[in-house]
Amino acid sequence: MEMIPYTVEIREDTGVNNAKLGIWLFLASEVMLFGGMFSAYIFLRLGAVSWPEGSSLLSVPIATFNTLVLIGSSVTMVLSWVALVENNFAKYRRYLGLTILLALLFLVVKGFEYNEKFSHDLYPATSTFLAIYFTLTGLHALHIIGGVIVNSYFWGPGSKMWSSDPQRFTNRIEVAGLYWHFVDLVWIFLFPVLYLM
Amino acid sequence: MSESNDHHEMSYWRKYIFSQDHKVIGLQYAFTAMFFLIFGFSLMLIMRWQLAYPGEAVPLIGWLLGETNAPGGIILPEFYNSLGAMHGTIMIFLGIVPLAVGAFGNYIVPLQIGAPDMAFPKLNMASYWSYFVGGVVMLSSFFVPGGAANSGWTSYPPLADIATTGQTMWLFGMIFLITSSLLGAVNFIVTIIQLRAPGLTWMRLPFFVWAQLVTAFLLLLAFPPLEAAGVLQLMDRLAGTSFFLPSGLVISGELLEVSGGGSPLLWQHLFWFLAHPEVYVLILPAMGIVAEVIATNTRKPLWGYRPMVYSTIFLGFMSFVVWAHHMYMTGMGTVISAFFQTTTMIISIPSVVILSALFISLWGGSIRFTTPMLFALGFLPMFGIGGLTGLPLGLAAADIHLHDTYYVIGHFHYIVAPGTIFAMFAGIYHWFPKVTGRRLNETLGKIHFWGSFVCMNGIFFPMLIQGLAGVSRRLWDGGEQYAHAQGTLWANEVMSISAWALFVFQIPFLINLIRSIRGGEKVGDNPWNATTLEWTAPSPPPHGNFSATPQVYRTAYEYSLPDRDSDFLPQSEPGEGS
Repeated sequence: MEMIPYTVEIREDTGVNNAKLGIWLFLASEVMLFGGMFSAYIFLRLGAVSWPEGSSLLSVPIATFNTLVLIGSSVTMVLSWVALVENNFAKYRRYLGLTILLALLFLVVKGFEYNEKFSHDLYPATSTFLAIYFTLTGLHALHIIGGVIVNSYFWGPGSKMWSSDPQRFTNRIEVAGLYWHFVDLVWIFLFPVLYLM
Repeated sequence: MSESNDHHEMSYWRKYIFSQDHKVIGLQYAFTAMFFLIFGFSLMLIMRWQLAYPGEAVPLIGWLLGETNAPGGIILPEFYNSLGAMHGTIMIFLGIVPLAVGAFGNYIVPLQIGAPDMAFPKLNMASYWSYFVGGVVMLSSFFVPGGAANSGWTSYPPLADIATTGQTMWLFGMIFLITSSLLGAVNFIVTIIQLRAPGLTWMRLPFFVWAQLVTAFLLLLAFPPLEAAGVLQLMDRLAGTSFFLPSGLVISGELLEVSGGGSPLLWQHLFWFLAHPEVYVLILPAMGIVAEVIATNTRKPLWGYRPMVYSTIFLGFMSFVVWAHHMYMTGMGTVISAFFQTTTMIISIPSVVILSALFISLWGGSIRFTTPMLFALGFLPMFGIGGLTGLPLGLAAADIHLHDTYYVIGHFHYIVAPGTIFAMFAGIYHWFPKVTGRRLNETLGKIHFWGSFVCMNGIFFPMLIQGLAGVSRRLWDGGEQYAHAQGTLWANEVMSISAWALFVFQIPFLINLIRSIRGGEKVGDNPWNATTLEWTAPSPPPHGNFSATPQVYRTAYEYSLPDRDSDFLPQSEPGEGS
């Protein structure tokens, strides 16, 4: 029998191809993962005797800068996909490369932020607030690293598919983009919850 | 993933070890899961010695357990705790779920929906190997200092937070297993939604496929909160945080030096948010298998197919809002208890609908008492006992007496052991001819069934009696030093002998399985005269399954139609029908 159907083309009665449905399901499980974490945050905060103001321990300006960096990377991610739809491979690589660089910039800034905390003897073990701060942002950073790895693959060796199967490659970038937007969205929740509230 | 269907010769490693074919992966899951089922069962056989003859040296294999675990063959309490925790973990996460979902789901679902393979063959392979690594981590935890995890399969903190290294291994192992089930769940849902053959509409799906679909949603959405909880517990253990450690905790007379402010209850909420849906992950595929076997062997359509499907979906939704009925004793308050009592009573309704539909399906059928049918018939009353004994546990007032007693153990084992495991056996005997082109021996199969049936009840029914007498489930000595347990101590020996006999009755099964792979009676593609699509593929199905994409014309169970010569009408046969 022929190869697996609907890897590229859309199935008429469901309106999606396999990869698109797969990534949405994966993101649903990610919602539950971070949902569990946020629930833990609420549970612990409600039960706490006192809870520090986020901005008293963390730097709001640095986090605001990082928020802008991530939003920017989301925009370049979309633009790289649009470039493929427009059949412009060079432009695609420029924008995806920019997305990767912005993600790395985010991680470097985050690294400075962590280091700053450690140098003031603020560790996960110091207080429940710092524990949840390091755990949530650490888990988010792992997701950023995952995204960087996937995007780097599509920027480099994975982009060979562009010449053999452009439609499928464009779909892959769209799917990678959905993941990337989700990771940004998590940060959009993390930022006010940890730094501002 | 398109390359998965090429027919060129593949090396041994690509074909059997790092295979992307759903059937090979299904068999990999099946063999690995059966190994873990036997392993987990063996842990229990050792525990049952200690329970029946507390403080006496384990005969024959006592020396194997190691001097640190069992000096002179006498099991130490810490080692007993390890055995208990790992029995639960292995049976659930490494045995039954991989067998029910990984093996049966992988092998049968694509065949039943007329697909060439799973939607994502590479993910499928990754899912198996992630499971494999998780299993290896769990097994190797027996050899770290302090032994394997010993805080129960539920890993309640604060105990689990301060337990020996085995607990860290347990958490890492669980993260691999959760990753595996996540990849599998995405794959199953996409496969079922996207790869159904033309004409296979939702209400024409075999019930087994529906059961697997709902199960996959439960795995997808319920496991991540446990992953979150696992990460938090790892942080507690490795980074010194206090997510689950309250302030002022005293251990062995000394104040624990942590920042405190955490909550042990938080773990229970996150854990049971997974673990209650997990109960339905254990039972739904079993119900799916039993439905297939019953329809085939009664030669009539399932009674109430649609209500069964709707009940399954409703069950899936409700399973997310019953978790705290495991927590009545935590003092979370009567209002919350009342809420969870109500949802618990509501969720029993769809289970009863499904079980009743299966019972009524027997009515007026011309039943073939084949081995798979015997196991399916055994499943019905056993699951019934398991379900009914659950009702008192779902009510907070009754649960106060029964909580943490052997009654609980008896209750859920009736569901999982003579329930789910019997359904797995039914599935193995039912689909073995599809996998090998040969039938399993019926005589050995019947010895296997009747022996297992009697022994299972010999193990689990006395547990209900002991539990009603108030015997705690976690006693190392089986209750010997407790006054209230004296009246039911006789049951310990009955249960232990039944357990060992149960092991003996698995030998004919294993012999049957191994012998029949090469020496079983050869049969055609459709030995049971069944209607669903998997029986139209060759036995064993080749790479890519079907020679041409099947076209489906009717519902799944068209048996004994009037005015026809044969008593079954396959889904893919052109012609009249619904």
